[in-house]
Amino acid sequence: MLVRVTEDEIRPEVVIDSLERSIHGAVTTFMGTVRKYTDDRTVEYLDYEAYPEMAEAKLQQIVDELKSRDEIEDISVVHRIGRLSVGETSLIVAVASLHRRLGFETCLDAVERIKEIVPVWKKEVWAEGEVWVRSEGA
Amino acid sequence: MKVQARFFALYRERVGQSTVDFDLAEGATVADLVASVMQAYPGLSPDPAKLVVAVNREYAEHTEPLRDGDEAAFIPPVSGGV
Repeated sequence: MLVRVTEDEIRPEVVIDSLERSIHGAVTTFMGTVRKYTDDRTVEYLDYEAYPEMAEAKLQQIVDELKSRDEIEDISVVHRIGRLSVGETSLIVAVASLHRRLGFETCLDAVERIKEIVPVWKKEVWAEGEVWVRSEGA
Repeated sequence: MKVQARFFALYRERVGQSTVDFDLAEGATVADLVASVMQAYPGLSPDPAKLVVAVNREYAEHTEPLRDGDEAAFIPPVSGGV
């Protein structure tokens, strides 16, 4: 298991190698990457900011919740913060499970939970301006 | 008692600081802190009742009491992941 918020580049093989490898039959991974277009804007880069101590605690909480499912052997999650360019990986979730279906489902559930409760924010910067995604008006 | 308010992302930009200490009366709640913060930084939020606050890294209701030395973080709507 690996649970981390980091400014370092995400290396998928390190995250996958961190999974327990005694009984599982499937490893399912999801990587979120910086997309070039949002609506009609061309993104130059994203600035990710976290409340690091709480973000790691919430990631750990999500991992603990999902690991209690039957057939889920291990889960690793790394969220990158700082400035990311188009195409770079901001998030990786890796799930070790006995069978494929629960692996895919758990991987998706982990990403959805992360987007709900983990205190990480992204500012989208394009040529003519910038915006804190989902925050304006709050 | 002293409570440390922390601001992140959009709220950090609106307040202009990452951390600000507030002196509150004994028995003060999160709502009292929110009121003090709004008085000091009226531009923080158009809807203070909906501000999300985490006390010592756990999401907290506005009715929750605070203690001396608590860390209270103002959490804008999160947008991590992808």
